[in-house]
Amino acid sequence: MTVRVQTADFDIGAEIAQLRGGDPGVGAIASFIGTVRDVNDASTITGLMLEHYPGMTEPALEEIVAEARSRFDICDALVIHRVGALKPGDQIVLVAITSTHRGAAFEACEFVMDALKTRAPFWKKERLPDGERWVEARASDDEAARRW
Amino acid sequence: MARMPDTSLSTRVSVRVVYLARLRDVFGSSGETLALDDSNAPSVDAIVRALRERGGAWAHELAPDRAVRFAVNHRLAQRTQAVADGDEVAIFPPVTGG
Repeated sequence: MTVRVQTADFDIGAEIAQLRGGDPGVGAIASFIGTVRDVNDASTITGLMLEHYPGMTEPALEEIVAEARSRFDICDALVIHRVGALKPGDQIVLVAITSTHRGAAFEACEFVMDALKTRAPFWKKERLPDGERWVEARASDDEAARRW
Repeated sequence: MARMPDTSLSTRVSVRVVYLARLRDVFGSSGETLALDDSNAPSVDAIVRALRERGGAWAHELAPDRAVRFAVNHRLAQRTQAVADGDEVAIFPPVTGG
């Protein structure tokens, strides 16, 4: 179980290879990558600033991953979330899950993302051609997290 | 005659309050140390009420109908959570990562 908060980009191939770690019991790998869009709420986005709360972020992510492990029959899990200045097309977040069978990997991956969206202390500030604005939380994210 | 407890000697509880993201911007502050009276079991809500009394952006952003989230010592917390001397209390908007 690994969580990382970093400014640097990540290589999903290398990360998944490391997560598998040659474990012959792994039969399924599910992953999710969130990326920066160039449009949000009908506005052109020229960049994104990702802020977090150092000291809380890693424990919050570790708690989410531990909960995923207790709820689903998974082998291992990885969460990487970037912070700092990002531009359209950049990778923001990676969640990768290994398991014996696909059902648990799919479910755990979705659970971790839904929990992260409502419980992990990250905030996005969008840069527009004519200024900046903080992204508002979406009610649909709360609803998604309540499913679990 | 038995003496009543001397309530005038109530101690003060000092907490570090941290403002994050949009709330840091509108408050123009990343945080401050607040002294609370511990005679009535200080909580997150007591801090919020004290800040609201400043008026302006404080009253507006921390109004009861606004979506605000809290953490005490780096863990998500409800308004009703008690705070103790030396605690770090973070006040922030709903999160938007991922």
